Parts: sequence; structure tokens; C-alpha cells
Amino acid sequence: MVLAVEAGPRTRHPLTPLLYRLAGKRRETEDTVTLTLEPAGEPIPLARPGQFNMLTALGVGEVAISISNDPAVGEPLEHTVRAVGAVSRALCQTAPGQVVGVRGPFGTAWGVRELLHSDVLVVAGGIGLAPLRGAVRALLERSPAHRPRPQLAVVVGARTPEQLLFEEEVLNWQHSGAHVLLTVDTARPGWAGPVGVVTDLLGQVPLDLTRSSALVCGPEIMIRFTARALVRQGMRPEAIRISLERNMQCGVGLCGHCQLGPWLICRDGPVFTYGERVESILGVRER
Amino acid sequence: MALDGFPPSEARAASAIPAASGVPIPPTPCTIDRAGLGSLITRLREGGYRTLGPTVADGAIVLGEIDSIADLPQGWHDTQGPGTYRLTSGEDGELFGWAVGPQSAKRELWPPRSVVWRAAGGGGDPAPIGASEGPKAPIALVGVRPCEVAAIGILDGVLGRSPVPDPDFVAARRDLFVCTVECGRPSASCFCESMGSGPSAESGFDLALTEIRDADGERFLVRAGSERGAAVLAGIRTLPAEERDLKAREAVVAGARAGLVRRVDTASLPHLLERNLENPRWSEVAARCLSCGNCTQVCPTCFCVSIEDVTDVTTGIERHRRWASCFEVGHSYLHGGAVRPSTRARYRQWLTHKLGTWFEQFGTSGCVGCGRCLTWCPVGIDLTEEVAALRASDVGNPVPAGERGV
Ligand code: SF4
Ligand code: FES
Repeated sequence: MVLAVEAGPRTRHPLTPLLYRLAGKRRETEDTVTLTLEPAGEPIPLARPGQFNMLTALGVGEVAISISNDPAVGEPLEHTVRAVGAVSRALCQTAPGQVVGVRGPFGTAWGVRELLHSDVLVVAGGIGLAPLRGAVRALLERSPAHRPRPQLAVVVGARTPEQLLFEEEVLNWQHSGAHVLLTVDTARPGWAGPVGVVTDLLGQVPLDLTRSSALVCGPEIMIRFTARALVRQGMRPEAIRISLERNMQCGVGLCGHCQLGPWLICRDGPVFTYGERVESILGVRER
Repeated sequence: MALDGFPPSEARAASAIPAASGVPIPPTPCTIDRAGLGSLITRLREGGYRTLGPTVADGAIVLGEIDSIADLPQGWHDTQGPGTYRLTSGEDGELFGWAVGPQSAKRELWPPRSVVWRAAGGGGDPAPIGASEGPKAPIALVGVRPCEVAAIGILDGVLGRSPVPDPDFVAARRDLFVCTVECGRPSASCFCESMGSGPSAESGFDLALTEIRDADGERFLVRAGSERGAAVLAGIRTLPAEERDLKAREAVVAGARAGLVRRVDTASLPHLLERNLENPRWSEVAARCLSCGNCTQVCPTCFCVSIEDVTDVTTGIERHRRWASCFEVGHSYLHGGAVRPSTRARYRQWLTHKLGTWFEQFGTSGCVGCGRCLTWCPVGIDLTEEVAALRASDVGNPVPAGERGV
């Protein structure tokens, strides 16, 4: 008696990356670069701002990095990477022309298309501006035909002026019609702007917060304080979207590393709608 | 066997033993004798299954290749409790007179280490392997316990119904033949009844056996749970089950139920845990816990794996997947530090995930009550005792009546 078990077509394991070539590399800060990636063969499906990819430095390992532009407008994929571990350091050291692995896109997006007509406040801390950059660009492109034109305000915080990401572009957003507010934790000679945390600036945001939406990304503590402050100033919790982070090793719900209470961040996030549940989950230390 | 939600896969034709033409398939329940059990093993082996079952090695019941009845742990019994496992040999000739060993089906369906792809060094195209490595021999598990069958069902929910199901798991799982044996002698670590997974087998199997030894002699009551289960019985000498056989099975299961000494009150357990995340009990258990991860290794549903790339001058680049544990400090590593640096937070993560947040993530409990975590804990930390302690010191608001019994 023989079993009817046959070899089928070779299937690509979901942990197998596609190959991309480094088409460009721009230094953003001392430890952060933006990589522009072109498919070396089959491309990944279209990624939306807020989602992330798993990037492989071949032979070193894989790490989750958010998409830092909006590939829907026809640009090649961009990832802004900060060198904090072996893999991200290797990615930052990749030379143009070299090949890296890409899997994705994974997770939930900012949902910019649902925000076509509302006033939007974007709050970013540190590297948290990277996943928001594509969203800001998309929000700036919103149809000016709609009257009154929806407002956009961007509040950006960084540790020092040198660590402000995309500084030139951020200042350009101002010229494109966004209200831009910058702050740093520690000033340096030549810094004329405010010193302090992003929540200090929320009072200066020229939007009616009670009928605006917010997109918030940065260190978890900054997200919590920002979301709380916005609610206190009248914003509806369900109008606030935040992006959370945990260790990610698969992106597809198979490794268990990205647990946060009832969620797998790779599957249920990284973008979540704020509310009591989120507040209570983030309120527990070491969760 | 129902595998709801699994994507249809062209990669493998489902394995099945076709009924040999002209040989009738006996209806079940039926009974077989010891020789019939031997024929069953032979038939599975001849059908192309790698037949794995309980064997005795290194002082424990472990999963091993079963060629015949002679490989089964005849006369062996286990004594278990928090931090204790002992195997003793008796003269009674029972084949399944023990509860569970340290290993579970997880080892076969979601192996401790596997290579998911490899690539030639120097940045070549990573060649997909894993599911495409070529068909592995399908596995038949003989003598696994009802709690084990439940654990396989939980892994189905996690790995087979994730956003992208794991193709290696799906292939191995779809080919898996499950022949469970109901429990006659639970151990002092077992709490399957609380978790609704045992000691009787109700679903999820191809064949379910009950070992019966009474005044009418030794025999095995057999129930088929799938067509391929029934097909395996063709050509094996069976007798239609009589009233006394069904009664005898009930007596075995009732005896097992009466022998269960450990319980968990599962009423509103996810709520209890969620509102007790700052209960001081976590610090007490953390003072004893070694963070060794034994509990997660032996747990039949703990599925966490780490993904590691390995470079070798001869083999090039390989991506490995290996069992991981939420007790490893690096498990929660993020931006240069661990999210859960303390043992308190790691034990809390493990327990609250297993018994609480698993419901929201996957729609079931993550615990089947097999008791392995307490038996194999070097310091004898007992999950059931921890739950009871949390309940006794519950800090939170009572949950509205309508939400009880999650
Ligand atoms: S509970 Fe026991 S087995 Fe689990 S990590 Fe702690 S000491 Fe190890
Ligand atoms: S990153 Fe692996 S489960 Fe979410």
C-alpha cells in the first residue's frame, strides 16, 4: 500500500525575503540613514505609510523597519534606519548597489485615506517621525478643491537639534501649508526654537482639537503623555491613532515575540486606535 | 479531521490509507485485542507513516519510533507532582498506564530547530527550502493523550490560522494521523478536566483507544474520528463493541476523573488576570522562579520561536527558526534593552498569556492542563497554585455576571 503523498510545487516559506538593491543612501543624523530600495527581482506588494517591512542584512539577520515614505506615489521604497543593533548597523553600512532582503509589508497602516477631509495633527518623537513621513506627505497632497482646505499641523520633538530627522523636508512642509512646531530636549548654540517635550507645544497647535484627528509615534512614554494631553484638550480618543512597537521576528504572527497584552503587534498593529483599553494596557510597566 | 480555515494547499495531497479493495471497514466502536493493536501499528507503518509513540528512555516516557507492541512502555507507571517525575516498572502489563512524558507533538509539528531557507554566500538569491525541502514522511502519533490532542488543536489555531500560516506546520499537520489513548491513570500534576481537554477523548483524533483490563480480560475499545481512521481498521481483527465494553470504557474514564487531584477555577480567568497585573503575588513567584524556561519548553502549546541567520563558509547563509521562551531576557529586546527585564514581568507574561490573553489572540485558552510545566519546573512552581493565590488575593472589581465563564 502506497501513500498518495507527492512533492508539490516549491513554495516560498513566508520567512524568505525578496531581494532589493540599495539604490540610494542618505545620512540623516549621526546614527541614522535613509535607504532607497529598488527590487532586484520580484517586488513586495505595495506598502502603505504606517506599515513595516522586515529587512535582512544578508548573513547578519533581520529587523523590523517602518516604511518611511509613501510608495503609492510611485517612489521606490524608503526605510529610515537607526544603527542600534548588529542588524541595523549592518543595514546602515550597506553600500549602494549591494543587495538586502525585504519581506512585507506587514501590519496596519495610518489610514490616511480615511482622513481626507479632517484636520490632522501629527506628533512625532525621535525616530518616530520616520513612519509618519509618508503619512504627512500624503496629507499634504490632499485635494485643495475641498473647501475649507483641511488643516495639517506637525509637532516634532528630538533629543538635540542634530538629531532632528528630515529637517530640511520638515521645514518645507511649512511652505506647503502645514503648521510645523519643533522642539528639542537639549538645545545647542544656534538653536532658537523651544526646548522641552512635545506635549509642551500642544497648546500652540492652531487646530480645533475637538474635531481633529491625530497620528502619534515615538517613544511609548511620549505616546501616552501626548494621547492623554490631547484627550484632556478635547480630542476624541477614537480620533487618535498611535503606533506601538515590540520585538518582531516574523511579522506574520508566527514567532510570538511581539506580544503586548491581548495583541500581536505585527498582526493587530502597529497602528492602533487610542482609547481606554490602550491606555490601561500601556499603563502597566514591563508589559 | 477538520482543519477549518486551512488554506487549500497544492503542495501536498492529503495522506490517507485507501481501503484495500474488498476488505470491509468495520464500524466503530469496536474492540481489538493486543494482537489487533500490533496489526494497527503495522498497518500504519506499511501505509507510509513514521509511527511515533511512547517509549522508555532516560527514565522518562518519550516519543520514539514504534515498530511493534514490544516498543511500548509495558508495565511502566509515572509518579508526578510539582518538580517531580519518577518512572517505575510494574508487573501488570498495562501499556498506557502513565500520564504524559516531557515531550509533546509540538516537537514533531513545530521542531526545536529548523532551517527555513538557505542561500549561497555572497548575496545570492536565498533558495526557499522548508516546505519545499521535499515531502517528509507523514507521522502517526500512537498513544498520545486527549490533552495532547487538544494542544494540537491549539497549535492549529496559532500556526495554521495566522495571517500567513506556516507551510511546514500545515504540511506536517495535515498529514498527521492521531491515535489517542484515553487516560486511565492521570498523574498528580494533571488538571485536564478544568481545561476541558481530558481525561476522555471527544474529538480531534483519527482513532481513540481506551485500554480496558477487567474481569473480561484485556482489550482496547476503538472509536474512529475520521474516515482515514476508520480505513486503518480495515483488515484488522475487530469485534463489535458490546454493552459491557462501553461500560468498561466509562469506568476507565470515571476512574481517571476521580483520580484528578489538581484543578483550576477558570471562571472569568482572563478578567481575573487582567485586573491583577500588579498583584504582589507576581513578586513572590518571581523570587522562586529561575527564569530557566523549562515550563515553556515542555508546554505543548508554547510556540514562540526566534529567527536567527547563520553564516558558514561552506553552507553559505541559513535562516534558522528555533524554539524560544518568554523567559529569555532577549525575548522582548527592543532598542537596546528588554521590555521585560524582571523575572516578575516574564513569569506574569507567561501565565497571563497562557490563561488569559490567548483567548483574545486566538480564541481559545493556551493551556490544556497536562501539568508538564509544574512537573518539569526545577523549583516546583505550580500554575494551579498561582491562579488560586491570585484569586484569593484578587485586588480588582468583580466582573459583571454576564461576563463570567469566559
Ligand atoms: S516557572 Fe519554573 S520552569 Fe518556568 S521559568 Fe520559572 S523556574 Fe523555570
Ligand atoms: S513579529 Fe512574530 S508574531 Fe509578531
